[in-house]
Amino acid sequence: MAAARGLGWAGAAALAALLLSPVISLGLAAAGGGGELWPHLAAYVLPQAIRDTALLLAGVGLLVIGLGTGAAWLVAAFDFPGRRLLEAALLLPLAMPTYVVAYAYLDLMHPLGPLQAGLRGLLGLSSPRDLPLPDLRSLPGCILLLGFVLYPYVYLPTRALFVMQAGTLLEAARMLGAGPWRIFLRIALPLARPAVALGTGLALMEALNDVGAAEFLGVRTLTVQVYATWVNRSDLPGAAQIALVMLACVVALVGLERLARGGRGYAGNARRAAPSLRRRLSGWRGGAALALGAVPVALGFLLPAGYLAVEAWRRIGGSGVPDALGAQARNTILYASLATGVTVIVGLLVAAAPSLLGARAGRVLIRAAGLGYAMPGTVLAVGLLGPLALIDSGLFEAGFASLSVGLGTGAALVVAYALRFLTVTVGASEAGLARIPRAIPDAARMLGRGRFATLATVQLPLAWPAVLSGGLLAFVDIAKELPVTLLLRPLNVETLSTHLYGEAARGTYEDGAVAAVLIVLIGLVPVTLLLRLDRNALTRRG
Amino acid sequence: MTDAASTATASRLVVSDLSRRFGRTLALDGVSLTLGPGEILAVLGASGCGKSTLLRLIAGLDTPDAGTILVGDRRVAGGGRHEPPATRGVGLMFQDYALFPHLTVMANIRFGLAHLPADEARRVARERLDQVGLAHRAESYPDTLSGGEAQRVALARALAPRPRVLLLDEPFSNLDAGTREHVRADTLAVLRRDRIGAILVTHDATEAVAFADRIALMHRGRIVQCGSPEALYDAPRTPFAARALGEIIEIPGTAAGGRVTTPLGLLPRPDALPEGEVTVCLRPEAIRLGPAGDGVPAAVLGRAFAGPRLRLDLAVAGLAAPLRLHLPADAVPGDRVGLHLVPAQAHVFPPARESGDEASLN
Repeated sequence: MAAARGLGWAGAAALAALLLSPVISLGLAAAGGGGELWPHLAAYVLPQAIRDTALLLAGVGLLVIGLGTGAAWLVAAFDFPGRRLLEAALLLPLAMPTYVVAYAYLDLMHPLGPLQAGLRGLLGLSSPRDLPLPDLRSLPGCILLLGFVLYPYVYLPTRALFVMQAGTLLEAARMLGAGPWRIFLRIALPLARPAVALGTGLALMEALNDVGAAEFLGVRTLTVQVYATWVNRSDLPGAAQIALVMLACVVALVGLERLARGGRGYAGNARRAAPSLRRRLSGWRGGAALALGAVPVALGFLLPAGYLAVEAWRRIGGSGVPDALGAQARNTILYASLATGVTVIVGLLVAAAPSLLGARAGRVLIRAAGLGYAMPGTVLAVGLLGPLALIDSGLFEAGFASLSVGLGTGAALVVAYALRFLTVTVGASEAGLARIPRAIPDAARMLGRGRFATLATVQLPLAWPAVLSGGLLAFVDIAKELPVTLLLRPLNVETLSTHLYGEAARGTYEDGAVAAVLIVLIGLVPVTLLLRLDRNALTRRG
Repeated sequence: MTDAASTATASRLVVSDLSRRFGRTLALDGVSLTLGPGEILAVLGASGCGKSTLLRLIAGLDTPDAGTILVGDRRVAGGGRHEPPATRGVGLMFQDYALFPHLTVMANIRFGLAHLPADEARRVARERLDQVGLAHRAESYPDTLSGGEAQRVALARALAPRPRVLLLDEPFSNLDAGTREHVRADTLAVLRRDRIGAILVTHDATEAVAFADRIALMHRGRIVQCGSPEALYDAPRTPFAARALGEIIEIPGTAAGGRVTTPLGLLPRPDALPEGEVTVCLRPEAIRLGPAGDGVPAAVLGRAFAGPRLRLDLAVAGLAAPLRLHLPADAVPGDRVGLHLVPAQAHVFPPARESGDEASLN
């Protein structure tokens, strides 16, 4: 019992150290990088990268707020034929990783691609030069693409708030004679501010994390620069210095999100049943509403996913399943499974830490578990290089060279995945454990079980479904992950995501479509889970 | 664990000067009590008075800030010691039973018998299940049990490891009135037969009186009075204690010389009582109704049917509000009657408002 507790404390301390190590090691690496790099970075790389990143985030922020709240209001305030379907379909872009959508659109919008060719055919033009369209490979193009796949982060919490929370208030506003526009601007939007802030914060974190879309579209954001500085110039201190700037961006984003919430929490899961406030639209108005709402779904999911599916079908029909695809899929599943196993077990222990180690220490550990998710993938990967090398040399000194966690063994990749997505399984396990009345574990303790035995024999069997669903979400996140995989994968190991990145970076599109379709299919898993949850919540409301 | 299982079930429990603070609130403020072997003690108090905190500290689910707990002659908490719940030899029955939903009734009862060989554990569990009359439910899951059945399984589960002391946290409050009475009687019978000492936490005075040998009355983290139900009823030390154990009629009075003067007549003045304004608490049976002209005159204002008795509202000179009495006697509005005081059922308290003065249970 005492021994188990001691072990628990040691594990918690080791985990906390590992979670903090990227930040510390980034600081050390940046400081130790010598002065000769900094002037170059400060003069030529950083100003432009910071400007582009800031513009990108501002543009994506505005776009996701507009699309997210607009779509949420459309399905929450109006009823029209097809509304329920649209409500669900608006979530679909969540299944689209940013690098996949960029890959699809680059091909789709290429001057020789189907869209422009079709358009020229329609207009009777023969050469791309006769129809100069704005190039997708630009900052505005990148903003548009990211905005149309990231808006569901805002749509989801905002709609929940409109539907669950604000019902009575909106009803009251309507009774006082306010029209839909006035209700939206004066009541609904201010009420939804915490939800909008939360969703926008998440969307911008994703935008900051993105390495694929920005690079394909030629936007040199901070993330792209971290990657380029390290991989192309083998300049670790330089990469660390840029990564530190990104960390500052993250801190600023979190601060902005807090500020925008105005100190209020987001209480989207309040159980208060609200009367339906939807206004019926029929005839052409209903059709127009449906068409309007379908725009983000079409641009963010249907068009790119449909194009990829057609291309993949054509590729398989032409020359069969690409040979390398099997190995890539195996690698993806192998690493994602290993990392998911680690993440689920560690996540469960962290979620149970308040009862295993005491409430205060447990809270701190749960907070710390969110660190990996807050760091963009490139930052985490660069930050982990130092600590991993340190552990490796320690193991080597101790005569356990074969246990190396170093680069190139895959163990580093698993560790990095686990740190990055730990908060996903911690959150799920926490939710599962919290649903068990306190008396249940207390009863087990009264009947002679220790804290760990109680967790294993009583709490885990009861929280199992929640723990599993957390594992599923983590698996999907890991399988789609790009930046960490790019930087820490063993030599010659390709996963579906790195393969797709390679294809797009080289400008070759032969085999990518099949891999892209597989990634989108994996990404659809949590969306369907979300839909089922949502359906239950909404039907229970009646 | 083994010595808890082998020694006799009955044992003394001594709690001394126990305190527990949560943030700024002092949930438990120097509580001391003793439980004799086989004795049943009720801790009576309103929600938030600290009675559940006391129970959790004795169980070992929480750690006191000060004070000690002895089970038998072994210190289990205090003075730097904190024995985990498992080795204290204390059982706990939870308010909502806390049966493990993923285990059958049998597995629930066997849960606390992990230290025994499998067939021995099965035998003990079956015995306990028989004892509460639920042998036929051994393979059922908790969600299929009725409230009364769940309560009996919880009792069997708590008693299976042979605890020296059983703690019961409002164990009857989730049952409907009809079931409650006989489940309570059955539980009491099991405890008495095995001579198991028990502490029952409740906010229901009737339950405390029906169940316990002694009642410890708690208010704001302190025990304000402890004694047999009769002692608490007949000799409450504060108006709060008087109110806790039954219906009370409060009237003002003045103490002077050897007497206390009230609108309803004279009472002897208790020795320690200072002169001046006092509060008089009367049990309903302290007031006798007689014909007009005999005793303090009163006029009947209202009359209402209330089961076997009548409810009469009486106007009495010197009382701000009418006196409301439940009496077997009959009278109609407009009647004149006379009132007598029975001094033994009248309790006189100094006006100094002690902490529990305004509060009452329920």
